[in-house]
Amino acid sequence: MGKTILETQNISKYFHDPLTIQVLKEVSFSIKQGEFISVIGKSGCGKSTLLYILSTMDTDYQGKLWIDGELMMQKKEVDLARIRNKKIGFVFQFHYLLNEFTVLQNVMLPGLKLSEHAAKEVEHRAYEKLKILGIENEALKLPNQLSGGQKQRVAIARALINDPLIIMGDEPTGNLDKKNGDIVFQIFKELASSFNQTLLIVTHDNEFAERTDRIIEMEDGKIIKH
Amino acid sequence: MRLKLLANISRSLLLARWKQTLVAAIGVTFSITMFITLLSFMSGLNDLLDGLIINRTPHIRLYNEILPAQKQAVDLVPSFHHYYNFVRSVKPKNDLLQIRNSEAIVNSLAKDSRVLGVAPKVTVPVFYNIGNIDLTGIINGIDVEAEARLFLFKDYVTEGNYIDLKNIPNSIILGKSAAEKMLANIGDMIQVTTAKGNPIQLKVVGYFQSGLQEIDKVQSYCSINTAQKMLGESNTYITDIQVKLKNILQAPQLSNEYAHLYDTEAVDIQTANSQFETGSKVRSLISYAVGITLLVVAGFGIYNILNMMIYEKMDSIAILKATGFSGLDVQRIFIGIALFIGIFGGLLGLLFGFGLSAFIDQIPFNTAALPTIKTYPINYNPSYYIIGTVFSILTTYLAGYFPARKASKVDPVVIIRGK
Repeated sequence: MGKTILETQNISKYFHDPLTIQVLKEVSFSIKQGEFISVIGKSGCGKSTLLYILSTMDTDYQGKLWIDGELMMQKKEVDLARIRNKKIGFVFQFHYLLNEFTVLQNVMLPGLKLSEHAAKEVEHRAYEKLKILGIENEALKLPNQLSGGQKQRVAIARALINDPLIIMGDEPTGNLDKKNGDIVFQIFKELASSFNQTLLIVTHDNEFAERTDRIIEMEDGKIIKH
Repeated sequence: MRLKLLANISRSLLLARWKQTLVAAIGVTFSITMFITLLSFMSGLNDLLDGLIINRTPHIRLYNEILPAQKQAVDLVPSFHHYYNFVRSVKPKNDLLQIRNSEAIVNSLAKDSRVLGVAPKVTVPVFYNIGNIDLTGIINGIDVEAEARLFLFKDYVTEGNYIDLKNIPNSIILGKSAAEKMLANIGDMIQVTTAKGNPIQLKVVGYFQSGLQEIDKVQSYCSINTAQKMLGESNTYITDIQVKLKNILQAPQLSNEYAHLYDTEAVDIQTANSQFETGSKVRSLISYAVGITLLVVAGFGIYNILNMMIYEKMDSIAILKATGFSGLDVQRIFIGIALFIGIFGGLLGLLFGFGLSAFIDQIPFNTAALPTIKTYPINYNPSYYIIGTVFSILTTYLAGYFPARKASKVDPVVIIRGK
């Protein structure tokens, strides 16, 4: 097993509206390089909430979070944005592609934002990612010309563009039919085995979860099994 | 590189909603067009109306008023200095209208480096004799060339040649309305009588039209020599010395100086015509107020459209933030959109404003009161274009700033979890 890339210590979170409820109760765990993890649990058990805290987008929590050895507490919004840009790739239930841009441009956007490579190089890399996902022929189409499964694959390519430390998914197959869901799962599996990509996927599809390397099960804001 | 990326995103969002964008830009274009046209036209009109007075009025006029002497003879006697001297029934002297030592004053003024030119004048109150009827009038004896050079005399002579006044002895240029009353054609002889009763025959060589009918009814012009001859005075007799300065703003100060130096009365143009400056200022103020109001309205249009765009683009904003764009980046994207609308709309507005001004400049505008004006007046002052540009950028920036700040504060978690 590789080194630890993400670690939490006693993360708690409260929702205050309409009543104060503790949704996460001192969650502590760690993720190692190359792990393919799924987070399961009933609706409202706090698994998505946990994911958004781990993604640095939600900063309203107690406890400690380290990503790649860096403590996330007290960091400025701009720095967190840069960490998300460079180290985290997202796949959501909905694809969130920008309809004004072509598939290729959508994939390139986070890469251009990072600007570690020249635009030409980013474009080349975007093509490579699209090729891994088998949709390089759709590169110049607009997102609304693609099928739902294809859109989700573009979203995965976008998540991969900056070679992130970890890919986080919030029900990435939730909106897809069985066939497309399987394709997406196969892609994740392939990324994990061939590219040693770390993945953390929130799902309530137990069949999906059983095929991953490690399952974190949550109940009432606590991890009950990992 | 990063700014270029943000600008690209702005542009794509703009083009995706190009109809809305166009409407917003047209709002800015319209307001800038009106702003430029309004100011150019207003200021052209101001210049015209001011010109009516300023072109024809000396910056400083030196003259003598018929006034009782300030100090009576008894006050000058040393032995009576410590007494209260009461002199009753003081009357002004007869010959006080004449400026004493006028030739020396004219020469000295002509040498003053602050003075553009000097034109001496003799005012003669007369009666125009038409058969049995006498009409009162005033004949100005003028230095024809100086008057033409300094006070645009030529522009106001609507018929006949102004220089004939100098070349033909005993000639007169009649006020247009006075000539109509006398049925005097060019080439006719008319008779006038001075206040002292001397009759004199004068040949009409032209008509004069100032634009102010009351003046044209009474005023006429002849050469300074003719006027002196009519009065039976020597060629040093001058009643007014008109001074045109290089800088009109110095007039009040210099008028004081000259009044002391030459021991005459002096009045400056600002004091004599203060109402015109006030009128111009108020008119400019109104034009600016209307122009800026139009821009503010256009600003609200931009504000609305950006607000709508942000609601529509919540998902895009959320994903941009999720994939590593900071709040500041998002804010810049939307301010970029606003600025693009402002700059594009503003530039078009400048062009259209110039076009509309040029068009108004071609519309015929003939009025008997303003003989030199053939079309509506326009002032193509570049400063209006600069102000228009600055205002269009400023208002669109402000209109974009608040929606953009709202966009920068969008919480991606709320949007993404809300799905």
